Amino acid sequence: MSEHIEAQHGHDEHDEHDGVSQVHATLKGYLRGFMLAAILTIIPFSLVMTGAFAKSGPADALILFLAAIQIVVHMVYFLHMNTKSEGGWNMLALVFTIVLVVITLSGSIWIMFHLNDNMMPAAMQDPRNLP
Amino acid sequence: MSETTMTMSGASEPLKFHLEGEHHVENGTLLGFWLYLMSDCLIFACLFAAYGVLGRDYAGGPSAAQVLELPVVALNTTLLLFSSITYGFAVLEMQQNRRGPMMAWLVVTGLLGAGFIALELTEFSHLIAIGAGPQRSAFLTSFFTLVGTHGLHVTCGLIWLVVLMVQVSKKGLIPANKRRLMCLSMFWHFLDVVWVGVFSFVYLMGVLP
Repeated sequence: MSEHIEAQHGHDEHDEHDGVSQVHATLKGYLRGFMLAAILTIIPFSLVMTGAFAKSGPADALILFLAAIQIVVHMVYFLHMNTKSEGGWNMLALVFTIVLVVITLSGSIWIMFHLNDNMMPAAMQDPRNLP
Repeated sequence: MSETTMTMSGASEPLKFHLEGEHHVENGTLLGFWLYLMSDCLIFACLFAAYGVLGRDYAGGPSAAQVLELPVVALNTTLLLFSSITYGFAVLEMQQNRRGPMMAWLVVTGLLGAGFIALELTEFSHLIAIGAGPQRSAFLTSFFTLVGTHGLHVTCGLIWLVVLMVQVSKKGLIPANKRRLMCLSMFWHFLDVVWVGVFSFVYLMGVLP
């Protein structure tokens, strides 16, 4: 990580109060992030578009795994996330958001999946059993 | 804690219950904007959850594999990824206080973003034309809502980009403009993060058998 974070210094020491000087992006960081993101995009697209997957189960897992890695790459290289930025408040907000996102996604899909199963009695699905 | 104890035992200076070294968060705007992005993230989480629940409810209509075209999405993804890196180049030029090259990179970013929106609108109008509009099935409703909300964000980002370019050309690279450019940078990269979720979860997983 080549970003230089100036977290601990008083008001008098710097001339700008815009806070922009605290994030120092580098060309190397952007290019590295771009290369990683490109690779992580090309792999799933080529696998799906060439029809390499016969079954969706493992393919889903692989696609989601690569997407998760790419999101981390974007966060680190493009959004300059680390545990030090803003004195850790950025990371704290991110962790809280991730917890909420995971609860929202997994909870909704889990509950609605079972609800779909339970709403339709097995006897109703067969037309011969209808009154 | 230790300071307080020392003050009490010393008794030479008045008792105080706050730390002297306390100071404001230096860049409150960027932290606040980050918090906005996180709340935006929750909106997208709800839309993703809705798509996850409804994404296979075709109601006799076309399925995801029938209507979604991966080459278009691949091109769209490329445009958005390139626009991310070109905005990064603009930020680098901004740090060097080089206004001309920065504006050039912002123009490139804007064009790539506009290309993304144009392709997405073409895709949407094609879907509606073949009778696969948002009212056709629960899958298409959740699809249009999720992808459309992302597209709306990108459109807002483009408007913001144009406004900022006008501001920079009028006032120059003053600290306030730099701060705004950094906020837009976070917004733009955040939209690319959301798009990673969209193309993986909606398009790639949707067309799988």
